[in-house]
Amino acid sequence: MSDQKSLIQEAGIESVLQDPETAHLVLDVNKVLQRNLVPGLKVETSEETDGVRALIRVEAGAIIRKPVHLCFGVSKPEALQRIILQIEIGGGAVMDVLAHCIFPQAVDIQHIMEADITIGDGGRYSYLESHIHSDEGGLEVLPKTHVTLGERSRFKTEFQLVRGRVGRIAIDYEAVCEKDSVLEMISKISGRQDDQIQIRETGILRGEGARGYLTSRVAARDNARADVYNKLVATAAGARGHVDCQEIIKDRGVVSAVPVVEVRHPQAHITHEAAIGSVDHKQLETLMSRGLDEDGASDLIISGLLA
Amino acid sequence: MGILELENVTLLLDGKTILNGISLDVWEGHIHAIVGPNGAGKTTLAAVIMGLKGYEQYGGIIRFAGQDLRGMSVSARAQTGITMGWQEPARFEGLTVEKFIEASGRDGQDPATVLGQVGLSPDMYLHRAVDRTLSGGERKKVELASILAMRPKLVLLDEPDSGIDVASLDNIFGALKYLKENGATVLLITHSEAVLRQAEHAFLMCHGKEIMKGDVEKLLPYFKGECIPCDHKNHPKPGVEVPKA
Repeated sequence: MSDQKSLIQEAGIESVLQDPETAHLVLDVNKVLQRNLVPGLKVETSEETDGVRALIRVEAGAIIRKPVHLCFGVSKPEALQRIILQIEIGGGAVMDVLAHCIFPQAVDIQHIMEADITIGDGGRYSYLESHIHSDEGGLEVLPKTHVTLGERSRFKTEFQLVRGRVGRIAIDYEAVCEKDSVLEMISKISGRQDDQIQIRETGILRGEGARGYLTSRVAARDNARADVYNKLVATAAGARGHVDCQEIIKDRGVVSAVPVVEVRHPQAHITHEAAIGSVDHKQLETLMSRGLDEDGASDLIISGLLA
Repeated sequence: MGILELENVTLLLDGKTILNGISLDVWEGHIHAIVGPNGAGKTTLAAVIMGLKGYEQYGGIIRFAGQDLRGMSVSARAQTGITMGWQEPARFEGLTVEKFIEASGRDGQDPATVLGQVGLSPDMYLHRAVDRTLSGGERKKVELASILAMRPKLVLLDEPDSGIDVASLDNIFGALKYLKENGATVLLITHSEAVLRQAEHAFLMCHGKEIMKGDVEKLLPYFKGECIPCDHKNHPKPGVEVPKA
């Protein structure tokens, strides 16, 4: 099977990529394997030694009707992949991206993503990042993103590991929000064995009426470790936000969560909640009273939390 | 002989006697109720029968279908056919009603069918999460649907009308009837006369003891007169004749 087919099949997007109205870009390490563009969307790529540099631009006012599929994968067991993205969403433009990060054979892979995203006034951009990893955990994923949200714009990002082991992941996202913009960052990750998870998300609500929501859901089993640092800063009148960290530990797993809220304007308001603990006993006993064993009940509860 | 038999069951928690020599025969295929004032030990008794954490160290014997339950986990008891509905059902963030019911189901029971049996529209509820976006009454119905899906032999239901509006009570009572028609034995724990009237037999508990048992009509006068409210600190009222248990 070719590299291209293998990555696309792992992502389960074969049929989607047949649709000429669906834009997509498929990369394997530093090679652009396949692409399709639609009106309003421009993509420029350059293949580098260890990765790909891409400029993705949505013209002002353009509405990309179907989600754009980005497949950033590595089909071989060992590699360094560095993706440098510059994404520009024009004023009033709309684009939803489904990113498939596929590393099914990973034994020793480092995947570095550096993204700089600008969303123009009234623009909307969502980025759902789904990872498929190998079961070996031989992977280091290092995504770093800076987002600038223009007035009345919206940005939503969600990270989820669909299959395989984490390995080591260190998410580092920061967003600066102008007037009446809305930021939403969601991370859902389950670690096991000796996986390491670091989540660092920061939202700076500097425009009047800007809103920000940071949500993390992490499970750490076996000897996995997770450190979550979510910070919202509000410096303008009417800025609102919430930081929500709900993490579960099992076995010898360790989680630390630090929700930080910083308010520098008397008319701003930010709340937070954080809970870390083992699987709730009442939930466990409810499922066990239907006949599930303790491990099966725990798995179901955790899968719900991360759904 | 009942499908569930309790012989002189006692429970001490923090040095305090919570259950004090309870002996019951729960007949197979019937709906029974345990009634009594707050603090009588009704919910504790259900927890002991289900084997919940913190309630495993009881005295006496509990047998289900002739099998001694001592030392059996909650899962193992459930696999023999015992299950429980809580007064305040658990919330499960992100877990859909469909997955929750499927996890409970036996023999490919269709989640949509059992949801309909408790008066919830499958279209509206199957893909919602069993979390705080559901009201207490809705979670109660979802929990009952999961119990129907399990096809249990013995159901312990703690305050099945808690959080349920009057208009929905018939859904709950219909589910009880369905369980009975399908051969299940039901043990209701209740303060409610309306729920009590769904039962065929009742046990009245007071201060950790069973003080009365028999037909519902036999217990009702004492229960209504002395237990709602209980003005004698959860002890059988002196001077009031209590029919022998």
